[in-house]
Amino acid sequence: MRRYIKPAVFLICLIPLAILVCDAFHQALGANPVEKITHRTGDWSLRFLLITLAVTPLRKLFGWKSLMRYRRMLGLFAFFYVCLHFATYLVFDHFFDIGEMAKDIAKRPYITVGFTAFLLLIPLAVTSTGKMMKRLGRHWQRLHQLVYVSAVCGILHYLWLVKADLLQPLIYAVILLLLFGIRVWYQRKPLDTAFLEYSN
Amino acid sequence: MIIKRPDSIKASEITDETNYQNRREFLSTVSRSTLALAAGASFPVLLGSRRTDAAPALGNIQKSRYALDEEKTPIEDITRYNNFYEFSTDKEGPALLARKFKTDPWTLRIEGEVNKPATYQLEDFIKPYTLEERVYRLRCVEAWSMVIPWVGFAFADVLKKVEPTSRAKFVEFTTLYDPRQMPGQQRRVLEWPYVEGLRIDEAAHPLTILAVGLYGKLLPNQNGAPLRLVVPWKYGFKNIKSIVRIRFTEKQPGTTWNIAGPQEYGFYANVNPTVDHPRWSQARERRIGDFFKRETLMFNGYADEVAGLYSGMDLRKYY
Repeated sequence: MRRYIKPAVFLICLIPLAILVCDAFHQALGANPVEKITHRTGDWSLRFLLITLAVTPLRKLFGWKSLMRYRRMLGLFAFFYVCLHFATYLVFDHFFDIGEMAKDIAKRPYITVGFTAFLLLIPLAVTSTGKMMKRLGRHWQRLHQLVYVSAVCGILHYLWLVKADLLQPLIYAVILLLLFGIRVWYQRKPLDTAFLEYSN
Repeated sequence: MIIKRPDSIKASEITDETNYQNRREFLSTVSRSTLALAAGASFPVLLGSRRTDAAPALGNIQKSRYALDEEKTPIEDITRYNNFYEFSTDKEGPALLARKFKTDPWTLRIEGEVNKPATYQLEDFIKPYTLEERVYRLRCVEAWSMVIPWVGFAFADVLKKVEPTSRAKFVEFTTLYDPRQMPGQQRRVLEWPYVEGLRIDEAAHPLTILAVGLYGKLLPNQNGAPLRLVVPWKYGFKNIKSIVRIRFTEKQPGTTWNIAGPQEYGFYANVNPTVDHPRWSQARERRIGDFFKRETLMFNGYADEVAGLYSGMDLRKYY
């Protein structure tokens, strides 16, 4: 039974893409399909990033250790959706005009910060294998803390592009803060215990 | 013609369902003959039943010399992809949330620096004007665009009628404020009600119209029914929807997007590929229906007609 869970999670993570492809075939992406593809892939990038970041806090809060087995896959799916998001921008907004795109990235803060979020995920995806984990040893953990920077950049990217209604990106921001808060809380705890032991 | 209030409708007067289901055929048959003659008078009756997929046809629409020779955006796209924050900040929200929006009766106030201030029932206001079809480009500040066959009348004709005084330098337009009907107004995403404005010479320009329809039919609710402004050389947000008040002023009115983001949305908001939005480029746009972007034209392609309005003005400063 247990060996079916991982493939099942894998398939579940593909559902947003499946819906997107299905909608595209049925011409159900509305009047501006490119915009819709951009928004959906962007949204799912952030959602998977937040889901990945929720694994450790959930384990610590509720002791759900088995979740750890899916963390890498979830993180890679975040990267996968970012790649689709970026590809949409590259093809439909700039049609491979790298020069124009570079100018765009340099000039527009929301794109600069979004592109940064994407770049930061590349080394994390590359070093996500077991081999790399072993090779990097204790540095691996440090390196992968970049995922927080990437998430902050991703949410800023969203916040800076909306015209007036900040609700959706703010929801993401609150979730990220919450997850970060839980981590900080648990990191503080050992210190407290140490202090107690010392005073005894 | 009398518009019946709901409480004055007798059961015997209610259209039976088969007739209702066939109303489009009925309208198209009738409109070709009698309705065309009585177009002005029939307008208020038609205002009564409004659904996007079954909007009644408007009779007696004159052709206009302002009929762009470009492929028109399909009506499905024009009516399901809307920026109408009074209903929703989501593009597809207005089409669903505006279905039950009541546009009849509708009162319009003309006030301020005019010789003939008045409060009109919408049908009385519209009656004297000749409806024309104007096929215009619409360029949104978000860098997408459409080609829309509006039905409306020149705002210049309204000016002749209401007679602005010599002190009238600007025109201010206000949208209905009714949070019960317009759920988007329950959130302070923008300052409500929505206000837009034009300089009086912009308002008097022959391209400026008040629209009451599109594709030969009554304006769907999500497109700003029953009365909206269309100024084709400006970004879409200038084209204020569901207007209840037109005020003539000496001072430049405060306009909604300008108040929300003064660095980003100017009072003039003329389409200008050389002046970027601070956060994104305005050089190109995606025409709805296209996958790739195209170049944006100066004044949205209406430079020959309107550039003169801004001669000597620094368009980087007055964006």
